[in-house]
Amino acid sequence: MPRTPAILSWRTIRLLLPFALLALALWLIPAPATSAPSVRRISLEATQYQFTPGRVRVNQGDRVIITLTSSDVVHGFYLDGYGLKTRVEPGVAQRIEFVADRPGKFRYRCAVSCGPLHPFMIGELVVGPNVPFWRALGLTLTALAGMLAYLWQRRGQQETAEVSPDSR
Amino acid sequence: MSEGRIDLLARLPFLKAILNSRAFQPALMLATLFFFTLAALTGLFGTPAGSRNFGIIFVWIVWWALLIIVLVPFFGRLWCAVCPIPAPGEWLQRRGIISRVPGRLRTLRWRWPRRFKNIWLQNFGFLGVAIFSTIILTRPGVSAWVLLSFVLVGVILSILYENRVFCRYVCPVGGFIGLYSLLAPLELRVKDTQVCREHTPKDCLIGTENSYGCPWMVFPGSLTRNTYCGLCTECLKACPKDNIALNLRPFGSDLLVAKERRLDEAYKAFIMLGCALLYSAVLLGPWGWIKDWANMETPAHWALYALGFLTITLLLLPGLFWLTTVAARRLAGQQTPLRRLFVDYAYTLVPLGLAGWIAFSFGFVLVNGSYALVVLSDPFGWGWNLFGTAGVPWTPLWPRLIPFLQVGTLTIGLLFALDIAYRIARQHSRDHHSAFLTTLPIAGFLAAVTVGFLRLYLG
Repeated sequence: MPRTPAILSWRTIRLLLPFALLALALWLIPAPATSAPSVRRISLEATQYQFTPGRVRVNQGDRVIITLTSSDVVHGFYLDGYGLKTRVEPGVAQRIEFVADRPGKFRYRCAVSCGPLHPFMIGELVVGPNVPFWRALGLTLTALAGMLAYLWQRRGQQETAEVSPDSR
Repeated sequence: MSEGRIDLLARLPFLKAILNSRAFQPALMLATLFFFTLAALTGLFGTPAGSRNFGIIFVWIVWWALLIIVLVPFFGRLWCAVCPIPAPGEWLQRRGIISRVPGRLRTLRWRWPRRFKNIWLQNFGFLGVAIFSTIILTRPGVSAWVLLSFVLVGVILSILYENRVFCRYVCPVGGFIGLYSLLAPLELRVKDTQVCREHTPKDCLIGTENSYGCPWMVFPGSLTRNTYCGLCTECLKACPKDNIALNLRPFGSDLLVAKERRLDEAYKAFIMLGCALLYSAVLLGPWGWIKDWANMETPAHWALYALGFLTITLLLLPGLFWLTTVAARRLAGQQTPLRRLFVDYAYTLVPLGLAGWIAFSFGFVLVNGSYALVVLSDPFGWGWNLFGTAGVPWTPLWPRLIPFLQVGTLTIGLLFALDIAYRIARQHSRDHHSAFLTTLPIAGFLAAVTVGFLRLYLG
């Protein structure tokens, strides 16, 4: 009886090792230096069911000062990753201040039930350079390349299809 | 025993005893029916604020998370075995809930039209729900009426037709559960098909004094995929030959079963993948205008939204995949008809589509999960505090972890899809080289979709 090839033979490990090292390098490589931190003042308006602007870009290290207003009902503001939370009533501006010290994309959400689409009232703060996104992209594409290499080295191995097309 | 399979019924006699009990499945269905009834009542009579209504939170967050993150990937169609929606119709047909009532099912015995013996109705039903989903997911009253309409259709079809015609051919949820159950590491199969062939009474199909014939109209002896087996275990109760097995198996085994691949199922794969992408953009994205369109702010804008939704899921994605298949066929010099390759390779979208849905679900289930504690104590939003949790503040659960979960899930889905693509290509190719060349364009398509998801979640 022919032996079933092991999923992780030495040959496979040798083949995949460079991809694993590349993935590790992508994970550990330091983020590029950013420009000198500055103060970013942002006016953010909350209305049912969106923030305007919906997407805000700042640089890592920037001091971000958000002036939050509501033009219809009571809304809230919660920033993922930073844990900032506040409430804003129509006509009363709220000031939110923090240092954008973590890179990546963070969603800000309405934190006060404001109507049917409240859970989906979402905006995005992108703290650049968006290293987590590029790392995720690099890791995923490295995994893809590793998988293709793994499939390529299946040459000569007996592929077992559970039901062959010929049996149709 | 089949290669790579572990028969749980042989290993766990208590499980076999439980599944052989006529009371087990109805007990679970009664439990889910209780929650379903509560969801419908709270939807109809509770607060219109979705985040304070049991019907919205328990159906679209708790149940949905359980279904798409746990039940479907690991247990396939297990939900269908305990689903409350077909229960009233089935119990009316049977004139009983637990015991096997003697005689035939009480129906008008109409014949289900041959042209609908596929999942096209489920495909269009799901799309119908999908284009209204922003309304359905957020309005308790609408959500309740939709759920109740499913029950009503189930009852009507049970009166007209024998067995679970609703589940098999109509239920919009059952359609995608069936497709994604191809991945699950759990299957109900027969131990020896020869035993079934030689056993002419076919008790599993017509029933015995202790069991009904298969409600899903499936002959276990020819079962090679999970898609249309509802795991009700009537066949286990019926089989006098003890020939039914409940196997643990490798993930995705059914995706390699070539003989039953069909265009309606292939389209289900496109619809599900497209919906996961679109929901990620519409519901979790920062674009307020598209939420307004989906929320039917004006009929004209909603019509544009619906048209765009249907164009992307029914034309754009399949069209791009068709071109991908053309490229793969030319690259490898394959002679197989293009339509067949298109259908077969579409099954590579099953792992990636499920991964996309899980990643999308992580994006709102963890963030809004804490509402479940509130509505547990105050299901109608009337100011009750049954368990002392009505005042729990909204607390997003591990929002920093969500991108990691999404990237991990999508990468696993991509690699799984790629492996399946190669294996399907191998079924159509004479040699490894040709199969590998075929895989490359498919890999490009899968990678582009994955990058699209990553862009929406992290970019």
